[in-house]
Amino acid sequence: MNKLQEAVKEQLKTNIPEFNSGDTVELDVRVIEGDKERIQKYRGVVIARKGGGIEETFTVRKISNGIGVERIFPLHSPMLAKINVVRRGKVRRAKLHYLRSLSGKATRIAEKR
Amino acid sequence: MRGLIGKKIGMTQIFGDEGTVFPVTIVEAGPCVVTQIKTDKQDGYSAVQLGFGERKEKHTNKPMKGLFSKANLSPKKVLSEFEPISGFDYKVGQEFGASIFKKGDKVNVTGTSKGKGFTGVMKRHGFSGGPATHGQREYLRSPGSIGQGSDPSRVFKGMKMAGHAGVQKVTVKNLEIVKVDSEKNQLFIKGAVPGVNNSYVLIKK
Repeated sequence: MNKLQEAVKEQLKTNIPEFNSGDTVELDVRVIEGDKERIQKYRGVVIARKGGGIEETFTVRKISNGIGVERIFPLHSPMLAKINVVRRGKVRRAKLHYLRSLSGKATRIAEKR
Repeated sequence: MRGLIGKKIGMTQIFGDEGTVFPVTIVEAGPCVVTQIKTDKQDGYSAVQLGFGERKEKHTNKPMKGLFSKANLSPKKVLSEFEPISGFDYKVGQEFGASIFKKGDKVNVTGTSKGKGFTGVMKRHGFSGGPATHGQREYLRSPGSIGQGSDPSRVFKGMKMAGHAGVQKVTVKNLEIVKVDSEKNQLFIKGAVPGVNNSYVLIKK
């Protein structure tokens, strides 16, 4: 391990579940309002994972009130309290950007068995 | 101590409190050893000379060997002088590490910038180049006019033109220190620092 990786090792999370593009996840996002802190749920389909080490991020897409919403989370961010994998999807791409141009039934992803 | 010599390790990111991501350059700063103390009386000015990194004996020339044997130290790779803090008692052989800095300090970092080779005026001097449309074909990255005609009939000295860029001494000012690891002598400096990885840089308060 080089010095660069070692320097940020302590900030890496060790309890990250295995998940990939196509999986449906439910995230516990910490929200700080003033001096209060609460957990906000965010549920959607993982459409990309990018980068490596501490710089790794993933994109979660969901449809909120008929409008597509995408959020990019740093995988090791302390604001991400928990990652729950709800459903494993069967996809043939690592990046599911094509979902943006689809709507309704066409966006369904088959479950992995 | 007002500054240190360091070695750039590379760039990465770290998370601050409340999930903020800081882009940081990790610099290994120290242990730096005092190799010589210059005084007003003897040298006409006062300074503290620090040494950092190990140099092989066979790569050290004779005058340098003299300096290090006088200080009773092993040969050092880089030497640099720093302004002393008045009233502080410096001694030859004294060691300084990253702990002289603390989180939140603003520093100036000096290094040798990356070489760019022979480059055009757009990259080297930030010229805007020629128009990209309206039938332009040959003047996209050209400098334009470099002067007048028959009077003065020459190009003035210092005209900004294409040439070698990079490999220069560059200082970046007011960088914030995000984290100090005094055990490993590592400084986490917010933002970019001039030079390639593993190059030597000067960090000053």
